[in-house]
Amino acid sequence: MNNPNAWFQFALFVGALLLITKPLGLYLVKVLDAQGRTFLDRLVKPIERLTYRVCGIDPSKEQSWLGYTLALLVFSLVGMLFTYFILRFQDRLPLNPQGFPGLSPSLAFNTAASFTTNTNWQSYGGESTMSYFSQMVALAIHNFTSAACGIAIAAALVRGIARHSAKTIGNFWVDTVRVTYYLLAPICLVFALFLVSQGMIQNFKPYTVAKTYEPYTTQVPKTDDKGQPVTAPAPKLDDKGKQVVGPDGKPVMVDQPMMVDQKVDTQTIAQGPVASQIAIKMLGTNGGGYYNANAAHPFENPTPLSNFLQMLAIFAIPSALTWWLGRTLKNQRHGWAVWSAMAAMFIAGVLVCWKAETSGNPIHQHLGVAVADGNMEGKEVRFGIFNSALFATVTTDASCGAVNAMHDSFTPLGGLVPLFNMETGEVIFGGVGAGLYGMLIFVILAVFIAGLMVGRTPEYAGKKIEAYDVKLVMLVLMVLAATILGMTAWASVAKWGTDGLNNAGPHGFSEILYAFSSCVGNNGSAFAGLTANPSNGDPHWNATLGIAMLIGRFLMIVPILALAGNFAGKRLIPASAGTFRTEGFTFVLLLIGTVVLVGALTFLPALAMGPIVEHFLMGASNLF
Amino acid sequence: MKTFLSELRTALLLTIIFAVLLCGVYPLAVWAGGQALFPSKANGSLVTETDGTVRGSALIGQSFASDKYFNSRPSAAGTGYDATNSSGTNFGPTSQKLSDSIKAAVAAYRTSNHLAHDAPVPADAVTSSASGLDPHISLANAQLQAPRVAKARHLTTTTVSALIATCTDDRDLHIFGEPGVNVLLLNRALDEIH
Repeated sequence: MNNPNAWFQFALFVGALLLITKPLGLYLVKVLDAQGRTFLDRLVKPIERLTYRVCGIDPSKEQSWLGYTLALLVFSLVGMLFTYFILRFQDRLPLNPQGFPGLSPSLAFNTAASFTTNTNWQSYGGESTMSYFSQMVALAIHNFTSAACGIAIAAALVRGIARHSAKTIGNFWVDTVRVTYYLLAPICLVFALFLVSQGMIQNFKPYTVAKTYEPYTTQVPKTDDKGQPVTAPAPKLDDKGKQVVGPDGKPVMVDQPMMVDQKVDTQTIAQGPVASQIAIKMLGTNGGGYYNANAAHPFENPTPLSNFLQMLAIFAIPSALTWWLGRTLKNQRHGWAVWSAMAAMFIAGVLVCWKAETSGNPIHQHLGVAVADGNMEGKEVRFGIFNSALFATVTTDASCGAVNAMHDSFTPLGGLVPLFNMETGEVIFGGVGAGLYGMLIFVILAVFIAGLMVGRTPEYAGKKIEAYDVKLVMLVLMVLAATILGMTAWASVAKWGTDGLNNAGPHGFSEILYAFSSCVGNNGSAFAGLTANPSNGDPHWNATLGIAMLIGRFLMIVPILALAGNFAGKRLIPASAGTFRTEGFTFVLLLIGTVVLVGALTFLPALAMGPIVEHFLMGASNLF
Repeated sequence: MKTFLSELRTALLLTIIFAVLLCGVYPLAVWAGGQALFPSKANGSLVTETDGTVRGSALIGQSFASDKYFNSRPSAAGTGYDATNSSGTNFGPTSQKLSDSIKAAVAAYRTSNHLAHDAPVPADAVTSSASGLDPHISLANAQLQAPRVAKARHLTTTTVSALIATCTDDRDLHIFGEPGVNVLLLNRALDEIH
């Protein structure tokens, strides 16, 4: 952390985020108003009108919370089936130059659930599984729509809070269409071209075969004419590499794959329409990589500058939404207070992660690795320690889940930060829309707790918070925590669960906890050593993670829209001397306290068994 | 039920319209713009010879392990620098396998570069990158390898050091990221003078 340049990059990032918050927030005011006018009207308005006409949408008609919820659920279901069937049958569809087969039902279900819920968990490696058509159509459509739905839900909730004695909270179709046409698509068009200028690819060519400079020889399993592995008896080895001796004193023989030498003198370079997908992957906080290595892949994140703007794109809309919140509730200082609470938790997370990764791994340093270099396992040279730690914090504060370094190889405390961020419910800026509606749950809880402490009826934005509201809030928080911890517990004791692990000891447990935290939180990043799509076809991981993602998205959204409907119907009560102020330093502290305490108390025991105990074991040079 | 059916119809039609605009028109527009403005980059920044043979990409690392080339970082992509299987090792900090591989890599690095038996080794030289395709090594790593490469090619260390400087990518705008030496471009430059 004694790198002044890194501090300067950090300051630039926070400064740039602060700078774009208000202008983008002002633009959101126009986008989220069905009658709003923008500078793009001349170009986009005709397309918007045509869309309404073809789909039979009446933009002047608003919906009740039930109508809004129904539209959202139907739209998500149609999108999920659309993706599922394209993935299953991609071998019969165009733009598949590598001839990839259709996906198995469990993988197609997992992936369709993943992209529909804005999670973008990937049980597969993109460049070795997906055709160009699957990437561009089946997956990218959700990068737009799941982001637009998230923003629409946040808009509906804030409208509900702002209105009084009202029956409707907006029109789902209008919100989704306007956010997509006026906000996401235009920014992506510009952003994608910028990314190409940095070296990101955008083409439809088959993979390029290059003649490498230095051929090498490697050992690969021998296969017969039918492509089946050939096995031969060989001495059985135990964990330490020693021959196992049978009761007769002779080595035990088992069938093992025969290995043959293979000369590698070419490099096949995966191509594809990457830039168009990455722009919306970041801006929509989706995070689903085109390639297996996600934003660490040089084609998916070619330069530190593309890295900086990708991180900024993740936070741009969530940050602007806090300004839009202040504007809509006619209390700009409340918007900034929410922003400040998010920024404070974000900065704290970066500092902890950065410190842990800079300090590096004492076990490796003892072997001779330069201490000053920090922990470079699973990191790219062009990003270095700081930009890897910053990216990891940003991507898990938000529900993005793109990674530019492998979180699985972070130091225990460096990996604890992303894990904890996801377990707060991703409300530190958070996903587009999802971050704001998640944070508003905590705002209501914080106001409720403050009300209990001073013994007055809690109020928020001039409305009384009543038992029904708090029940909905608690429902959201408890369903999420119970799903993460319950499924983690199951996978930890089941054979299918531990079969997927890449690491033993407490780190193996962390891989499981991370997977369910990520999926329920709709984040999508991973301790990527975990194999969720095993070659033996066991569907347990794909199925449980898929269900976790659906619970994390829809069991959160439905109570939130119910809350929006309930708030909209409430009567306004005038503020009095006893009203708890939702702006200023006290409120910011209370909000941070609520987020951290709910997260910490719920997940501390699990974290203690994973990263925390691993930290002490690493200090004592224990290996697994 | 009537509302459900009408919403279902809207959802189907909107999905189709979005698919055409966002999954057809939009990527094609980026493709057209990218191919017109940055054709080399949009097609993978390929490194080709005068006869058109593709030798690799300036952005994608390749495996180099002999004395006469600057060595790349260890790679977990397929059998090593497999650009259809990008991946890190995903070994955690207390992994026995990771510790073993770093131990072996440190010893090999010290031997091949004639370093003292307790000399600290640059972290990037003995750890795998996130993508397994990292095109760069750190400056310190390149400088430690320079005498070995110079000797194997009968060049002066000064010549090799000058080449390192030309193949170094500085921080973007002198601010963003960390500097690194592009191994493929550096080794190609070496082949060209030899």
